[in-house]
Amino acid sequence: MLSCRFHKSFLLAAILSASAMFPWQAQAEEVQVASAANFTAPLKAIIVEFEKDTGHKVTASFGATGALYTQIKNGAPFEVFFSADDTTPIKLEKEGAIAPGSRFTYAIGTLVLWSAQEGYLDGKEEVLKKGDFQHLSIANPKTAPYGAAAIEALTRLGLLETLRPKFVQGENITQAYQFISTGNAELGFVALSQVYKDGKITGGSAWIVPGDLYEPIRQDAVILGKGGGNPAASALVDYLKGPKAAAVIKSYGYGL
Amino acid sequence: METSSLSAIWLTIKLASLVTVLLLLIGTPISWWLSRTRSRWKGPIGAVVALPLVLPPTVLGFYLLLFMGPHGLMGKITQALGWGVLSFSFTGLVIASVFYSLPFVVQPIQNAFEAMGERPLEVAASLRASPLDAFFSVALPLARPGFVTAAILGFAHTIGEFGVVLMIGGNIPGKTQVLSVRIYDYVEAMEYGEAHILAAGMVIFSFLVLLALYGRRGHKGWSR
Repeated sequence: MLSCRFHKSFLLAAILSASAMFPWQAQAEEVQVASAANFTAPLKAIIVEFEKDTGHKVTASFGATGALYTQIKNGAPFEVFFSADDTTPIKLEKEGAIAPGSRFTYAIGTLVLWSAQEGYLDGKEEVLKKGDFQHLSIANPKTAPYGAAAIEALTRLGLLETLRPKFVQGENITQAYQFISTGNAELGFVALSQVYKDGKITGGSAWIVPGDLYEPIRQDAVILGKGGGNPAASALVDYLKGPKAAAVIKSYGYGL
Repeated sequence: METSSLSAIWLTIKLASLVTVLLLLIGTPISWWLSRTRSRWKGPIGAVVALPLVLPPTVLGFYLLLFMGPHGLMGKITQALGWGVLSFSFTGLVIASVFYSLPFVVQPIQNAFEAMGERPLEVAASLRASPLDAFFSVALPLARPGFVTAAILGFAHTIGEFGVVLMIGGNIPGKTQVLSVRIYDYVEAMEYGEAHILAAGMVIFSFLVLLALYGRRGHKGWSR
């Protein structure tokens, strides 16, 4: 009994002295984030700035929106969710799985047809019409909004049925990108954010799909039920709405 | 059940059968060599064969994707032969599965050959059987239980393959969309009903396969 009490007070003293030694970490919290794969690069860049500015710590997981939704509904420990669409967050909102009123649009996504080969596309869709390739990579349209947008664009171009036999599907937009970047697929639909930095395509060649060929990809974020009481979660969301994050988001080719 | 699920089942069985036959053909000489050799290469070759047991399928899938792609060694060869690249094709899946399931076939056969010892072959030789004759009429029949185990494990393991197929398959219905990938898709798309039908079927099938393996009379581990 005595020794137990001693241990407790010792522990308490240890914690107190530790927090006295590191006063700036007194309010530092951790927040666990899930994000759609297309937002990987900008979010990582924003997290670095956010951690530097606030002292909070962020752990981020990336995946297909549909997959993340399933994980969230099955008890995944995520506190903030950056979706690749607005329907999934709206669904979560209706199901009461988010902190009330926390849903907001953090970016508007742009679909791009991309090839790892220089000069293959050069800003035109002619290659698609010719169909002179073996594989067209897309993200799984059932689970990834950019995959669904690609299907929509091909439908409006009247090319869906002719090109369907050439489809190869990645489980998410990252895998769709990987098929193209390794050259296994000659071209494919990915998020502009994956191949764009500071106003230009980072490598290969691309055709930015005109906005009238698909519904705008409004990407919404929410604070999930589990993150409701976490100050780091609301701090991160506020940070995303701020000018610093906006500049990063725009630099990857998103609209705001 | 959707008809495309049926085609995924058929594709999976076709893949596993073909891979099993190929593996018995490729695995037998490798097992024989590993069980008989005193070469210093025995260790390294045995380790390479066993690698897929411990490597994450994503590692194998990633390297196969690069290897088979247009800039990879195999991709360059297949392109030069006019076959194009093998990723996203059934042939590609067969090759990947052969790598992936190799230890599951080699190890039981190797164990059976080793358990047999030198004696039967020495007797055969003293009866003037040629080495080839002795191999086919003495060694193979004696190692039969090892071959049965190898075939069952190779088949079942290929049926259950997921990570490698996901990385190099491209999820094409009727061509590379095997059962495990299809189940994953259903779960991700929250179509749990269809997922349950296929997933429960997999559980029952796998149980029956293992029952066939462990329930055989006189079963004493992998080699006999």
